[in-house]
Amino acid sequence: MPLPDDELIRGRQRGRARVTVLLLGAFVVLLFFITIAQASRNW
Amino acid sequence: MTSVPLPHDQSLPADWRDLLALTKPRVMSLVVFTGLCGLLAAPGPVHPVLGFTAVLCIALAAGAAGALNQWYEADLDAKMKRTANRPLPAGRMSRQTALHFGVGLGVFSVILMDLAANHLAAAVLAISILFYVLVYTVWLKRRTAQNIVIGGAAGAFPPLIGWAAVTGDVTMLPILLFAIIFLWTPPHFWALSLFVRSDYAAAGIPMLPVVAGLDNTRRQVFLYSLPMAGAAIAPWPLGLAGPIYGVSAAILSFVFVVLAGRVLTNRTTEPSAMAAEKHLFAYSIFYLFALFTALVADRWIA
Repeated sequence: MPLPDDELIRGRQRGRARVTVLLLGAFVVLLFFITIAQASRNW
Repeated sequence: MTSVPLPHDQSLPADWRDLLALTKPRVMSLVVFTGLCGLLAAPGPVHPVLGFTAVLCIALAAGAAGALNQWYEADLDAKMKRTANRPLPAGRMSRQTALHFGVGLGVFSVILMDLAANHLAAAVLAISILFYVLVYTVWLKRRTAQNIVIGGAAGAFPPLIGWAAVTGDVTMLPILLFAIIFLWTPPHFWALSLFVRSDYAAAGIPMLPVVAGLDNTRRQVFLYSLPMAGAAIAPWPLGLAGPIYGVSAAILSFVFVVLAGRVLTNRTTEPSAMAAEKHLFAYSIFYLFALFTALVADRWIA
């Protein structure tokens, strides 16, 4: 099987890194709102 | 900034679109919908953020189960036309990546559910993933023609999880919702497997039409539709739902049984001529959407 060239690997890694950053960002925001919601439920 | 040269033995990393495809997004829609309906039908206020998170967790868990299913079944998927182009059989991803992704997503969904809702919802969510992967995919699917019957329980969990996320307990109505999907699964999948049986036969999966023949499968489709209709209508006479749901369930279930009756009397062996089976399969998807919509409408309007 031919080895994938470096540019293709870098492209895939860049794409995955972008998606990971977006998902982690969304998770942090969600966690913040969950904390607020849990706190307001216990008031 | 200088870039470090890549080692030559490095294989191509999976594309994020293939990781998304691994979660079977189309199958997920019905799971998410029934989970959302379980959540909305439950008594008590639902905090929008916590409700959203609970449904998100159900979606992530379904995605994890789908990924682990594809990890285990890559060899079978390669033999079927319908599934040959999935990321694993098509060689676009390593099996290890799929395994790590599925396990990670599953663990994450359970922890997040525990954090946002309660222990019961998280526990049922974990059970549903394990049931789908271990009981259905690993144990039953390749061994018995009853794979769909018992495995159907895995797809029946979402309304139970949605309900448990709001109330923290499980009562009669969510158990009936579980029963409806459990009894709906065999006629739904057997209707499909009747007209794609050559695919299942090629892959060596013992689906009922492959093992027991067409007539027997058609009889089973009709027989299962009867208790399914009973379970669907039951919440009304039991006082667990009002007339909006009751009348809708009666009409929708009557049509389902009529279409299953047409399948029963159909004698064709040619997949292209199996209009009755295709109608029932398409209607069964509409049926579940409409039934659960009626339940939520009944709860919110009445």
